[in-house]
Amino acid sequence: MTAVSDPGAAAARATDAILGDTLRGTARGVVVDSPPGAGKSTLVVRAALELAAAGRPLMVVAQTNAQVDDLVVRLAEKEPGLPVGRLHSSDSDPYDKVLDGLDNVRTSAKAADLAGLDIVISTAAKWAHVKNVEPWGHAIVDEAYQMRSDALLAVAGLFERALFVGDPGQLDPFSIVGADQWAGLTYDPSASAVSTLLAHNPELPQHRLPVSWRLPASAAPLVSDAFYPYTPFRSGTDHGDRRLSFGVPSDGSGPDRVLDEAAESGWGLLELPARHTPRTDPEAVRAVALVVRRLLDRGGAATSERGPDPVPVTAERVAVGTAHRDQAAAVRAALADLGVTGVAVDTANRLQGREFDVTVVLHPLSGRPDATAFHLETGRLCVLASRHRHACVVVCRAGVADLLDEHPSTEPVQLGVTVKFPDGWEANHAVLSHLAEHRVHWSP
Amino acid sequence: MSLISTLARLEAVDSGRAQPLATVRHRHLTDRPLVLVPLTTAGEAGAPLGALVGTDRAAPRLLAVPQPRDRDLRFAFLAELAEAVLPHIEAYADAVEPAERNEVDPGTGKKVKVEVELCADAAQLIVPSRAGIDFVRLLGRSMRFRRTVEDDPDTPFPAPARVPLLGRWLTHYGERARVPGSSLLLAATDLVNRHWATGQSSLEDQHLGALLAWVDPPGGSGAEAALRAELERDRDGQLICPPAGPATDPAFDNKLLAPAIERYDRARSALGAAEDGLDADTRLGELSGAEREIRSLLAGVLLPTWDAVWRGLDLLRELPEGTRAQDRWTRDRWSFTGHRDRVLAGEPPQPRRDDAVTAAQKLASRETAQAQLDAQEALDDPLVLAGRRLAGEAFVGEVTEVEMAYSESKRPSPRPLVTVRTEERPHLGERTKVYRSLDGDPVRSQTAEFVAYATGETEDGEEAVGLVLRIMDRMGRGKEPAPGSVPEPGDRIAWTLFEHDQRGGPKLPDPEDTPWTHGGPPGAVGPGTAERPDPVTPEDLL
Repeated sequence: MTAVSDPGAAAARATDAILGDTLRGTARGVVVDSPPGAGKSTLVVRAALELAAAGRPLMVVAQTNAQVDDLVVRLAEKEPGLPVGRLHSSDSDPYDKVLDGLDNVRTSAKAADLAGLDIVISTAAKWAHVKNVEPWGHAIVDEAYQMRSDALLAVAGLFERALFVGDPGQLDPFSIVGADQWAGLTYDPSASAVSTLLAHNPELPQHRLPVSWRLPASAAPLVSDAFYPYTPFRSGTDHGDRRLSFGVPSDGSGPDRVLDEAAESGWGLLELPARHTPRTDPEAVRAVALVVRRLLDRGGAATSERGPDPVPVTAERVAVGTAHRDQAAAVRAALADLGVTGVAVDTANRLQGREFDVTVVLHPLSGRPDATAFHLETGRLCVLASRHRHACVVVCRAGVADLLDEHPSTEPVQLGVTVKFPDGWEANHAVLSHLAEHRVHWSP
Repeated sequence: MSLISTLARLEAVDSGRAQPLATVRHRHLTDRPLVLVPLTTAGEAGAPLGALVGTDRAAPRLLAVPQPRDRDLRFAFLAELAEAVLPHIEAYADAVEPAERNEVDPGTGKKVKVEVELCADAAQLIVPSRAGIDFVRLLGRSMRFRRTVEDDPDTPFPAPARVPLLGRWLTHYGERARVPGSSLLLAATDLVNRHWATGQSSLEDQHLGALLAWVDPPGGSGAEAALRAELERDRDGQLICPPAGPATDPAFDNKLLAPAIERYDRARSALGAAEDGLDADTRLGELSGAEREIRSLLAGVLLPTWDAVWRGLDLLRELPEGTRAQDRWTRDRWSFTGHRDRVLAGEPPQPRRDDAVTAAQKLASRETAQAQLDAQEALDDPLVLAGRRLAGEAFVGEVTEVEMAYSESKRPSPRPLVTVRTEERPHLGERTKVYRSLDGDPVRSQTAEFVAYATGETEDGEEAVGLVLRIMDRMGRGKEPAPGSVPEPGDRIAWTLFEHDQRGGPKLPDPEDTPWTHGGPPGAVGPGTAERPDPVTPEDLL
């Protein structure tokens, strides 16, 4: 990565163009595609502040309560004097108690109580219940690719213009019942909000953030090639800017060797012997827990562009990602048995949008006899492979490449539906062949 | 597939017999379901070949199309089908009881109760397989836009009077069948598969004959009987157990049906070429002979499936109906009544495609129905609940301790802490909500929050976990909880991590207020200008 213009400058140019279209453009909507860790939240906060400063009443739509609370806190950090409304549900404990300590944040379950505030923020689900109010001049829709078309339908009457921000490579929204009968319609309610929006308004300006600040130089090319082949991005840091080291040398065991490999190269594959297993494969689950335990025991320390000194990799900076909730539960139990606490263990869906120094991933296809559409979904693997700032260790049974070859995608082709590239089969192979270079065999 | 159904399938393989997946029947069956066994013509989508239809298993009505490519004969078939099905539906549509419904008053915008009619029961339609449901939908689609002489006196090929109406009803049934837990239109294979696990693949489970062989083998091993049902042929190469349709077996098509249709065609052209009355009489006799032959061929492959559907219903009737299946059936009755009202009000047929708002509404209501079905089946059936317990989504435990506590507010409300001892491992996180059913009420439930694991609770050496739960609601308004509203030590209670009832989603905009993100209001299909019927194309006039 030499002779290419400075990533900071490239990102700033993209941001200026986005804000220009948002503040001064004529289109009703602006769409921003953001790869993992490209500063999407920063962009949302900045756009919100500039719209507020321009005197435009603004509503912000996020997808989960955690995202909403996080945005409110970030806004208050940047601009403590700005009046912000947090619209919340009437359940018990609807928002993070931290918000109560912020002077200019008002919370209410009724939109009318928050009328006149510069910015009002809530989840799509809550906004859908807001009726009989004066529409907002502007809206920012965050994580718009994870929002379903029908959720946008319920809230789109509340604003006149909007900025849609999201990551097209992450998990698509899903429905718990079949929605095939609407496949191919421009307004398929189970599709993502952005695909409906663009199908009806193809002339809207589309931007993309070109630099991932989270992914290290070792990960950005792989994630970009495997999941964003037509909209490549680069890392904001170069090789050597980030380092992971251990205070305690390797004891030669599989988990230690894979940790060394991951510290060195950014990726590590701990391959267990091939075997068909139940979803909560006890050996693989234990291997995941052991890797985490050794990572913490060996005193991992991370050096990055953020400061000159190594920062210890503590439990809060480590995450374990799985495909299924029962797998996450099994890993939590295994970690508890090893006396490890404080590590985030969750499914891909719940890890979306979060960032850690090191992640340990139980491969979605590990030990499976078949490869279903769920396990092949591109977004699932993309989320799991793009949460880390330093290194990612994948734990997997051998034989996944053969499994993929035995199960090519067989989903029926629906007329009128844009085929997504790359498909899960392709993306899985791309990631596997890269991981194969960082493989450590281990028989527990 | 859940762990418990995988186990059931393994046991089925092991024992050679299907294993129960339920202890109660989770779908409502009416006293007089209308069974419809349709057949379609190979290679000609939407061309019906024949059907058995009726409510009396001893007296099915056989409908047949001797030449499926002849559109007149096809319409005659559809007209006959309308005569067989519509009176059954109308008999239910006419028997009503008074009911109340919440409606929004257009003047005040407030919710008011309105007195309306609700059909006392609804007509139930049973087809053999899931492909049969698709065929019902296809028939509905092909009929509902047809024009009759009454609609348009100049229409060149008018449909028989009741055909479009049948198309609208079948469309409604086909659409309702997509709602999880609904019982208006059911496939026998789905019914049996919901209640038993076989040792074959789920693809093979779509074969009604093989499926019943696993559940109720005629002696010996179900696996062997299922294999016979799938493969066994007589000396002429015909399947002993014909497929449940609507597709027919190619061997039947080639060896028996095609020659018979050819004979029929020959007889028909001979009749057309008849030179005098006597000749015509003879040839008419030959024609009806050829038609009788086709009818008896079709009856031969339809009757085994007809009997299989009824046998499947018999097996299901041996199970007592789940308490909450009745609640879902009431929703089916509302759906049935709603469609009856739309037909009576002279509304146009269902549009070809849903508009954006309707599609979103349907998806939302089906998702609610799915969540509701999952919860209701678990609450109705200990075996289904066991599956959820195994998956960590529910647990059963004995209350060992109750400690009174209060909320920290100006008016403290009771928030008792209940310790539950269980050997199960539910997926509980900090403040995870759990629910329990309150006696005698199928819907109302009490909410509690997980507080912490209790330690040092092993008396008899068994591994048992103590869970501390904080009861959150349903204790009355007073400072002390209402009597009986708090669990007592010794109570054995099933708690679920899923809610027992579902809240409906938000109200969506009216179709005429469809926002710009979704293409704005549907232009051509404004209020009052319903979708036009199919235009006549050259292909319509062969």
